[in-house]
Amino acid sequence: MGIIDRQTIARCLSEVGYVADDSLAMALALMDHLKRPLLLEGEAGVGKTEVAKALAAVHGSRLIRLQCYEGLDVSGALYEWNYQRQLISIRAHEGRGEDPDAVERHVFSEDYLLERPLLAAIRAESPAVLLIDEVDRADEEFEAFLLEVLSDFQVTVPELGTITARSVPRVVLTSNGTRELSDALRRRCLYHWIDYPDEGREARILAARLPGIDAALAHQVARFVARIRVEDLRKVPGVAETLDWAAALMGLGIADLRAQPEALHATLICLLKTREDRASVAPETVARIAGRVG
Amino acid sequence: MQAGTRLIARVAGFVALLRDNGFPIGPAEAADALRLMAALDLSRPDELRAALRHLLCGRVEEWRRFDELFDLHWRGRGLRHAVKVTGTPPPRGGGLKRLMDRAGEKGAPDGVPDRVERTEGPEDTAGQGRRGGASHTEELGHRDLRSLSDPDELARAHALAARLSRRMRVRLVRRRKLAKRGGAVDLRATIRRSVARGGEPLELAWRRRRTAPLRIVLILDVSGSMEAYAGFFVRFMHGVLAEFAHADGFVFHTRLIHVTPALRERDPARAVDRLSLMAQGWSGGTRIGECLAVFNRAHAPRVVNGRTAVIVLSDGYDTGDAERLGREMAALRRRTRRIVWLNPMAGWAGYAPEAAGMRAALPHVDLFAPAHSLDSLSALEPYLARI
Repeated sequence: MGIIDRQTIARCLSEVGYVADDSLAMALALMDHLKRPLLLEGEAGVGKTEVAKALAAVHGSRLIRLQCYEGLDVSGALYEWNYQRQLISIRAHEGRGEDPDAVERHVFSEDYLLERPLLAAIRAESPAVLLIDEVDRADEEFEAFLLEVLSDFQVTVPELGTITARSVPRVVLTSNGTRELSDALRRRCLYHWIDYPDEGREARILAARLPGIDAALAHQVARFVARIRVEDLRKVPGVAETLDWAAALMGLGIADLRAQPEALHATLICLLKTREDRASVAPETVARIAGRVG
Repeated sequence: MQAGTRLIARVAGFVALLRDNGFPIGPAEAADALRLMAALDLSRPDELRAALRHLLCGRVEEWRRFDELFDLHWRGRGLRHAVKVTGTPPPRGGGLKRLMDRAGEKGAPDGVPDRVERTEGPEDTAGQGRRGGASHTEELGHRDLRSLSDPDELARAHALAARLSRRMRVRLVRRRKLAKRGGAVDLRATIRRSVARGGEPLELAWRRRRTAPLRIVLILDVSGSMEAYAGFFVRFMHGVLAEFAHADGFVFHTRLIHVTPALRERDPARAVDRLSLMAQGWSGGTRIGECLAVFNRAHAPRVVNGRTAVIVLSDGYDTGDAERLGREMAALRRRTRRIVWLNPMAGWAGYAPEAAGMRAALPHVDLFAPAHSLDSLSALEPYLARI
């Protein structure tokens, strides 16, 4: 028996409602063993963000999320001074004729520091789960900065000094491939590619997330979506779309996809979200695919 | 439990194999791989495979190739795709290397369709007397690339192509800096300064907007009909990729191949060498539409955004479905800032875009320009600077 135990993690994940495959369970086990961040890549809608949420639930820890965007900088990711309070404070001290140096020290103390996600994660009392979402949207300079924080887990605020981590967070990064990430970041992280779930896993996801769903319908839905994904679509439906669609079907009282092809076609707005895709999947195609899901 | 020496050697060998295949693995990762050997249940090879895969892969292409390389090393099979990337001689009967060599041979290549072969190029200056020095370089600039035959001339043309791509870079960057104007107040720095003035923000600090640099994607047709030009364009592509941080290169004939990693090689000869290993088996026509479809699906989300100029270098001879080409061009147009289509034949006297593929693509192209000589390539630079 090895020290790294992926079965336990897989079981814990399923207890919090995340249906993981073996490979992902191994990645999460390795994260703890090697103390490395995990980089998740995959098509939009395969549940990358959900992994972090599930991980936080498994460890009973706080989830801190940093959403990346173009132009994200240190003041948005790490810390910012509370300018309004600083200004008021300077005014208040002004009248009393205090020593300017003392005023400066006062307004640049921790009371005036606003925590942003990265700082919050390393100052947390118990290890948090830090989700750095869509890291590919941030600029390359930010990526280099992030790498530094992720390897040392300490940050320097010029006015305050160095802040060392109270606890080392579990870090999950996700990327959609908007931009190629640097080799340095890829080296530093464990890597996991999430594919669309296969029919069996998608049916299990449906059962886990929509407790009221009929097992036969879940399988039909999973099989239908798997067929739709191989059509030539501009926007391939993700797991969230599958869940929406299944919920819609349940709401409409459709228990068998083969029964009402017209109603079925109308519900496809949950799955196909561009005009071209709606046009390219004809009602006959829907009926044909639905006919074979039984 | 400590991993034994033999095991350490095998792991090190595996890491070396992956590095040879372009996996970015540092010493820290190799050390962690050894640590894992001690922590894993080694009686179950799948555990080892899954764990090493997470640790040693960095991107999806590697993720998908990993199994094969793993089997090759640990089980001694699956040799098919595991080529050593550099140093090996190019495979027989193909590759870009051959293309490069052939580019020097006289006359139009056999791959050019009949109809085109009858068309005369612009003033064929091959027979005229040669002058030395700078004027010679100038002259090379507007010579049709097909007409270059002498190895010296070829070498000079290659050097010119490389210089050109460098110059394009320098000018583009300068323009970006000069264009930087305006900005917003940087509150943080303003407050910092105001402390010395009793909290009065007398001096405002400004934060300037940084403009993100232009990204360039080059897509080069290396099918038979482009044979005479492909060598030069590869060199040009190498130059552009070496100078631009945000540039990507692709070549296609019947398949599309991402060649950026190979062309990042500093030494041009080795870069072309690597390229020839990656792109094997050209023949059987050009399928531009299908290749663009692959580009749109697999690569565009990563390399193309609103600040990308896509440059297609092709003669537009498509043996595939022209209608599909039009559709894919339209899809690409929505994603990019500009599409430039450079066609070597457009520089020939009396050329009209009659090929079905070219006609289908034209409505979606922002700039359609000739690319039969080095001058025509350098004429692009002011256009790109304005984007």
